Amino acid sequence: MTEFFGKRWHDMGGDPAGPITPEEHDFALWEKRVDALMVLTSAAGLMTTDSLRRVLEDMGADAYETMTYYERWIASIAQNMVEAGAVTTEELGAKMAEVRARGATYGAAS
Amino acid sequence: MKVRIKSHWPPGHIRTPAYLRGKIGQIERRIGLFNNPEETAYRQTGPQRELVRVRFRMADIWGARAERGEDVIEAEIYAHWLEPV
Amino acid sequence: MPHDHHDHEHDHSHDGLSPSGHPYRADNDTDLSYWQAMEIALRELLIEKGHLTAAQIHAQINAMDSRSPANGARVVARAWVDPEFKAALLADAGAASRAMGFDIGPMHLIALENTKEVHNVVVCTLCSCYPRNLLGLPPDWYKSRAYRSRTVIEPRKVLSEFGLELPEQMQVRVHDSTADMRYIVLPAQPEASLGLTEEELAAWVTRDSMIGVGLPQAPQ
Repeated sequence: MTEFFGKRWHDMGGDPAGPITPEEHDFALWEKRVDALMVLTSAAGLMTTDSLRRVLEDMGADAYETMTYYERWIASIAQNMVEAGAVTTEELGAKMAEVRARGATYGAAS
Repeated sequence: MKVRIKSHWPPGHIRTPAYLRGKIGQIERRIGLFNNPEETAYRQTGPQRELVRVRFRMADIWGARAERGEDVIEAEIYAHWLEPV
Repeated sequence: MPHDHHDHEHDHSHDGLSPSGHPYRADNDTDLSYWQAMEIALRELLIEKGHLTAAQIHAQINAMDSRSPANGARVVARAWVDPEFKAALLADAGAASRAMGFDIGPMHLIALENTKEVHNVVVCTLCSCYPRNLLGLPPDWYKSRAYRSRTVIEPRKVLSEFGLELPEQMQVRVHDSTADMRYIVLPAQPEASLGLTEEELAAWVTRDSMIGVGLPQAPQ
């Protein structure tokens, strides 16, 4: 008999779960941009689908329950870009502050 | 060809689902060579690994809990996760 | 009788519209979140450093926008009317889709044929793998804990929650998309649709029937 000796949170097949709610939403522009960043940075060799997933898995179950899909993706892509040496955390911090200073909405900050 | 999925539990980015480890199935088709996600997840690139589709009877995975024993699951498993039966 | 035609039809009550009379763009007028700020910052940094261009991002968004279940529906409809195409699709679904003119990029695609004896359903228990380069982005429920956990252990119960009851004598095949392959179910052509043209048939093929949680149905 197999013991689940070290099964990780994301490895969900067969776990008990509740009803499936047929949720869907139209993707916002910022979400489509996140998706595009993943595809393009992977094509540029800066990350892979596997490194995207590895970082998502390492975020833990809490992130899955509290963050939206593309929130987790941008967090993963950002970490991947730092790991790749494409950006530094210092640069991200400065740029994010600059972005926020532009305005209070996504449109104003774009 | 009958195969068993290894009951190994390494840390890291593994694409062999826990519910299939230690289970016995049949090779449904061989797919060819692909990068090993266990390595590429960490920016390592070793030799490509063979990927195989394996078919499992629900009864062999879930036992008495299976809705219908002869329903099946098919999953892609890397060859280094297979052992002979 | 000439009609007085305006470029924009204004809802003069301004219900839900900006003062100019145009609908608000929901995304752009929401409060900037931490993660949205990260997206803007990361995108701009990567462009500044020459890793990407704004044009590439624009093109990729357009490419994904052009991918939708309608593409898969056309592939299925062709397989229903053309036995040679169906055989090619089952042998190499990626090549067959490309031959129809769809740009699916490097995606490896396998088509799973539903028959009188077999019903196929696709899930990714480990994350959210989906044939996005043909069907577009997956629905939220496909990525949910409940779908990912339950489909491999109680597929018939899951399908009945989607309104699909299968006879006991049919075999259910659950495909867990664990690695490099992506899957599209080739649903069986409904008897009521026999004799329709390929174009008419495409309207019968729903996204859910290509995931395997539904069957094709007459267009609404």
